Amino acid sequence: MFTNETLSRIREIVSSEYVTNEPEDLYIYSRDQGVQDPHMPDCVVMPSSTEEVQEILRLASREQIPVVPMGGGLVLSGLSVPLKGGIVLDMKRMNRILEINEKSHYAVVEGGTSQGMLDAYLKKNFPHLKHSLPDAPPAATIAGNIAIHGSGHLSQSQGGFHSEMVTGLEVVLSNGDVVKLGSCSTVPYWFSRAPLPDLVGLFLGWNGTTGVITKVGIKLYPRPKLHDVLVYMTEDIDLAPEVLTRVINTETAEDINYALSPKPDYLNGFQMMVINITANSEDEMALKKKIIRDVLKDLYETKESGFMPVPPNMKTGFLEAPQKALSKFADVRRGGGFEYVGAIMPIERIPDACRAGMEITARHGITYSLGARIIGKGHCAMFFFAYPFNRVDADEVEKVKMALEDTNEASLRLGGIPWKAEVQGQQLILKQMDPGTYSLMKRIREVLDPAGIMNPGNWEVS
Amino acid sequence: MERDYIDILHRCFRCGWCKFPSNYQDFNCPAYLKYRFESFSSGGRMWLIRAWINGDVEAGHRFSQILYSCVTCKNCVEACALPYIKDKLVDVFIAARKDMVEQGTIPPQVRDYFKAISTSGNPYRLPAEQRAAWAEGLDIEPYTDQRYLLYIGDVGSYDDLGKAMARSVAMLFKKAHISFGILGNEEISDGNDVAAAGEEGLATHLAEQNIKVFSDKGIRRIITLSPHSFHVMKTVYPLHGGRFQVYHYTKILRDLMGKDLAPGQLDTTVTYHDPCYLGRWNGEYYTPRAILNAIPGLRLVEFDRNMQNSLCCGGGGSNFFTDILGTGHDLASRVRIRDAASTGAQIVAVSCPQCYRMLDDALKAEGLEEVLQVREISEIVADSLTA
Ligand SMILES: Cc1cc2nc3c(=O)[nH]c(=O)nc-3n(C[C@H](O)[C@H](O)[C@H](O)COP(=O)(O)OP(=O)(O)OC[C@H]3O[C@@H](n4cnc5c(N)ncnc54)[C@H](O)[C@@H]3O)c2cc1C
Ligand code: SF4
Ligand code: SF4
Repeated sequence: MFTNETLSRIREIVSSEYVTNEPEDLYIYSRDQGVQDPHMPDCVVMPSSTEEVQEILRLASREQIPVVPMGGGLVLSGLSVPLKGGIVLDMKRMNRILEINEKSHYAVVEGGTSQGMLDAYLKKNFPHLKHSLPDAPPAATIAGNIAIHGSGHLSQSQGGFHSEMVTGLEVVLSNGDVVKLGSCSTVPYWFSRAPLPDLVGLFLGWNGTTGVITKVGIKLYPRPKLHDVLVYMTEDIDLAPEVLTRVINTETAEDINYALSPKPDYLNGFQMMVINITANSEDEMALKKKIIRDVLKDLYETKESGFMPVPPNMKTGFLEAPQKALSKFADVRRGGGFEYVGAIMPIERIPDACRAGMEITARHGITYSLGARIIGKGHCAMFFFAYPFNRVDADEVEKVKMALEDTNEASLRLGGIPWKAEVQGQQLILKQMDPGTYSLMKRIREVLDPAGIMNPGNWEVS
Repeated sequence: MERDYIDILHRCFRCGWCKFPSNYQDFNCPAYLKYRFESFSSGGRMWLIRAWINGDVEAGHRFSQILYSCVTCKNCVEACALPYIKDKLVDVFIAARKDMVEQGTIPPQVRDYFKAISTSGNPYRLPAEQRAAWAEGLDIEPYTDQRYLLYIGDVGSYDDLGKAMARSVAMLFKKAHISFGILGNEEISDGNDVAAAGEEGLATHLAEQNIKVFSDKGIRRIITLSPHSFHVMKTVYPLHGGRFQVYHYTKILRDLMGKDLAPGQLDTTVTYHDPCYLGRWNGEYYTPRAILNAIPGLRLVEFDRNMQNSLCCGGGGSNFFTDILGTGHDLASRVRIRDAASTGAQIVAVSCPQCYRMLDDALKAEGLEEVLQVREISEIVADSLTA
């Protein structure tokens, strides 16, 4: 149980100005931007080193106090809200960029380093390199993003989820032990997870329930000089998988996104395929664009679909990374909020996912933005069903909550799996999961977190 | 709080773009940079004000610390993702402070600051007779009917560095035969930071007093030493009937460069720190740079965070006098000095007496006096004249 004594001990570990149990602070940490219910922490702590994280976890294990790691706190589905109280471990003071290996193309950063800071650091010091940025606001952290299998601007061209770009981790386990995973466990380099038995996965997608990530090795990629965008439009909802697949197979695009939204009015009913292309010369850019145009030629010659001239202001938005425009979506209902189900699903299910999203939102009387980011060479898509709401309209918040639940169910029916699902969504997944898999998950957690203190309530059958 | 403000509180997404400059290199909200808890970010403040209005949190010690740690630097206004709310963010924070003033829930330092100004006419509690001490021996005329009033303000009148700055600016003006006078002991606070701290009544009183003195003396043109005075006299005094032509001294100085003031060669590297009340509040970024660029041999290098993205020194919003941000490694002024050192500059140029003091103190706290100097722009110009 959390007592005043616990608080005093925490203050001996972490400089007391970075430990708070003030009601105003707890209020903010008890809720995120989405529609999930608030839960009060007992205190919030901002450690500055792996050693401090170790000490806190030792104390928490001994006293059976829940610990919830938090990065940017931007997941929107309540995953860093302390469902059972306890300590929120806000990692943002641990934001040092420890190493950039230019030749082996990786960065090593502390567990609270934000996406924005790494991007700025690379642009300034290694302008020819970049990492894959999610479109989350820049305060989102590298560790928080891989802890939930995030994806971003290089997920299509560079082969996958950001968790697949992890080359190594340093993690503090619930008992305070530190473990190094990947090549860094054996040699001074953080180049890859192979050729060792791959333990990194024990901390990816687990929502902080297996340990606290204190260092991440993440892959870097070349940053080509030029960046442009083509936008392909169609009203035919069933055409999208074909268009996307053809573009993917050209291997000329860097990032491919799909969007369907009732706003602005003049685009209602149109599906947009936003194809980001990068190149090192004008010639390369022109060639890549030509290749893409050529593979779609027979489609756009029918006039059923075609490339859209992109107005300059729209283009600026598309070329931005991360895209501020996505955060603006929170103001659609003039109420500061949206939450989304991001379902990882096969590309061929995109049309049905769109239909499901439109049906669910019509049924609940709410609005939407639907879309997808292609992951890998078409290996799957992160399909998002995003529902904005007005925070002061309790009715609307309730409707969005119900729509999210229905969307989770629909995603599973479509053969997708809700990503970064809120607790109810996790329950649905677990219900459908092979019992052997869940049993293994449970056993792993019992080993890694015998006291059950790590982000409890997540990935558990209620 | 005005309905307009209440109506936007819930529209903040708490997405945190407002914590950063446009390149995201580091936190650019001085309050958040120092405290690091989400509650101290602009979004945290928006949500807490709403919670306070709804009765979900009380205006206790922490609440007032959160509200008063905002230095009104407007980085959040610049960086916020939501077009409809961004311009009003700082107005909302000041409006909440007004309510706190009315309800008597302000921090003791802020209360003492208001008291000092009400009783002494300045935040230092020093006698008005000492206001013109900076001008002793300089043969500067009191204002009678000269072209300009040179308004010095509290920091220029009482702070040692502020006084040095006032002397330097006045001497250059004299050298260039600018017709100006000062109010000396008749000067009182401009009211800018009092307003930012939420004491509207006192700020209005100060504005009205100043307007009366200026009008009684037939003053039409005012040059201010401080960007804070410049802001309030230019944008707020007209709302109280005080319509004057207001200039920050850098504007006058720029027009003198290469004409009445002919700078000589000055071999040095300088970085310029944008004061928020000149930069983000009034969109003036180029005039001070033009002065520096007019000095032969001077190499101007930019902070990574400059102009609209500048990191505030932490001295705005009354924090210069109340020190709610306190001390520590992550104080904006100290980060700014470390950033300045990393530009390779030998001098950080300032154009605000508050920035001057904040950054000079930070320079000492960082122990970087050997590699860097903080100097006010007119002092650099003066050096170039004798070079
Ligand atoms: C407008 C908008 C756009 C978005 N676009 C994208 C996108 O394009 N791609 C994408 O992937 N996501 C996107 N997101 C979702 C989300 O914001 C990001 O995935 C973000 O990177 C999550 O990181 P965070 O630091 O905010 O994590 P948090 O929300 O703080 O945490 C997420 C989970 O990770 C755990 N965790 C956090 N830090 C650690 C750690 N150090 N050790 C162990 N566990 C930890 C937490 O306990 C929690 O369970 C978007 C969100 C918004 C609001
Ligand atoms: S103030 Fe603007 S940028 Fe900051 S959290 Fe609120 S909506 Fe986001
Ligand atoms: S005005 Fe400056 S200090 Fe205040 S909240 Fe905005 S960025 Fe932070």
